[in-house]
Amino acid sequence: MSSPALVRHPEDNMPATAALPEAVPPPATTTPATPSSFGTLALRWYRLNQGRLRATAIGVISLLAFLLVWHLLTTYRVVFFVRFTNVPSPLAVYASFTKAIHDPHFLMHVVLSCRRIFIGFSLAAIVGVPLGLVMGRFKLVHEVVFPVAEVLRPIPAIAWVPMAIMLWPTNEQSIVFITFLGSFFPILVNTLHGMSLVDPVLVRAAQCLGARERAIFREVYFPASLPHIFTGLTVGMGVAWVSLIAAEMISGQYGIGYFTWEAYSLVQYADIALGMIAIGVLGLGSSVLIRGAGHLVMPWRSTR
Amino acid sequence: MSEILASGSKGHIEVRNFSLSYDSIEGPVQAVTDTQIHVNPGEFVSIVGPSGCGKSTLLNAVAGFLKPTTGIVTVDGERVNGPSAERGMVFQQYSLFPWKTVRENVEFGLKMRGMPRSQRERAARTLLGLAGLEAFEKHYPEKLSGGMKQRVGIVRALATGPKVLLLDEPFGALDAQTRVIMQQILTNMWQRLKISVLFVTHDIDEAIFLSDRVYCMTARPGSIKAEIPIPLERPRQQSMMMSSEFLALRRGLMSLIREESLKAMGGEINDMGMQGLNIELHGHSLADVI
Repeated sequence: MSSPALVRHPEDNMPATAALPEAVPPPATTTPATPSSFGTLALRWYRLNQGRLRATAIGVISLLAFLLVWHLLTTYRVVFFVRFTNVPSPLAVYASFTKAIHDPHFLMHVVLSCRRIFIGFSLAAIVGVPLGLVMGRFKLVHEVVFPVAEVLRPIPAIAWVPMAIMLWPTNEQSIVFITFLGSFFPILVNTLHGMSLVDPVLVRAAQCLGARERAIFREVYFPASLPHIFTGLTVGMGVAWVSLIAAEMISGQYGIGYFTWEAYSLVQYADIALGMIAIGVLGLGSSVLIRGAGHLVMPWRSTR
Repeated sequence: MSEILASGSKGHIEVRNFSLSYDSIEGPVQAVTDTQIHVNPGEFVSIVGPSGCGKSTLLNAVAGFLKPTTGIVTVDGERVNGPSAERGMVFQQYSLFPWKTVRENVEFGLKMRGMPRSQRERAARTLLGLAGLEAFEKHYPEKLSGGMKQRVGIVRALATGPKVLLLDEPFGALDAQTRVIMQQILTNMWQRLKISVLFVTHDIDEAIFLSDRVYCMTARPGSIKAEIPIPLERPRQQSMMMSSEFLALRRGLMSLIREESLKAMGGEINDMGMQGLNIELHGHSLADVI
């Protein structure tokens, strides 16, 4: 999984070293870019990526250790304040996983949860980012919207469940609405924060080059806020999952949160752990997606 | 390019009866008062003065970022009211757009003017070539050294073919060696483009080396204390900085500025109630003593 990133690394480092000499004639002075044999190349690659290789190795070992401890705790049914008597072992969870991936029901739960996240989160981004940008630029909009947002923001999305059920005709819509609410405020607040940090000198530089209001918005305010917008999207995605799972457990009929709760009611203990792990993996996957999108949209930051 | 070269005979800056004050809780604060300056077409003029004397304020008013409280600023007879691409500006903090590559930064002004992509790409490449930056056109500014960033800043300001170039302590953040190279590059470009330059600095050597004329400002509230023509011949060489003519100019300017700096500092010292120092604050005698 990490190998493509590892391969890319040495190339990324090249411009940095080439950019060092100050005087007029550019590169070629510092780096002896002589063609080298495969052995020295591999050695250099290893030296450049030592840190990452180490991190990956330790990460794998730590995950294996986690599984091992889990296995030991459950096979010996340890009771020490916490009771592992009924906790499924990793092997049992794996068995139910192999069964579940052939079960269209389980897949449907996963797909439905993903769809709710997709719709709720996308709506939050589509509303939250532009609203934050406009609030950051136009004082009046900020003055009108901000107090309302500040009152609604501290209300956890889960507390909206009863209200959402009253507001929306179908269960599905109310769950999407709760997912939307969960991710909306982090996105809005971070976008707003990004707008407030835009360097005024850059705005002046753009004005001196003939940029008018719209161009300044598009060419300065928006790209300057992008890093914070993406922070908001990442946080928003996390909260979206939290809200979704809670909503599914309370009012859902389908979805991975409902699956996990149902497993408890049906005394399918292995499925509880399976549902939890599925939620973890899906959450991780969606935040990786957002980070990837961030790299695509902000190439000037990913070469660091 | 031809368009840029053709801007030759324009760029007459005129600042008349200028003063600028801003409000604070203690009442209005006078930043610059009763100031007249002018820059002839194609002339290189510097403003020096003690820190906080309002030289940047004056420059920002010429750029159109600040409105004068009284008086007027004109360029070629037209009143300045707001920033425009006719007055290119170079900032001390470089202020390149981090999300744009070197070439995209240089292209920015042309893009704002609606020039088609291929045309502005060509123009940007030519300009970057003049500054020795062709090889870095695809780099993001973050990867560049301070000197290279500021070269991009200058080239970006020149790309739209402005009538005047305004520089606000552009080399203040650079080390001494780089600064000398940058001064040379700026002089070369100025001579090639025949553009009017208004240059703010606190470095006296820099001001003399670059300018046709130097304005020296008083301590706050700033006003013009002296106007010193620099009769050194062009092209200027680094070796001139050792000539007796240069050193005489330097001495003169130095004592003018020291007087003002002491005035500014003396005020602070007195405010702090440090009585023992007993600083006399008028005339040349003081500058000679210290």
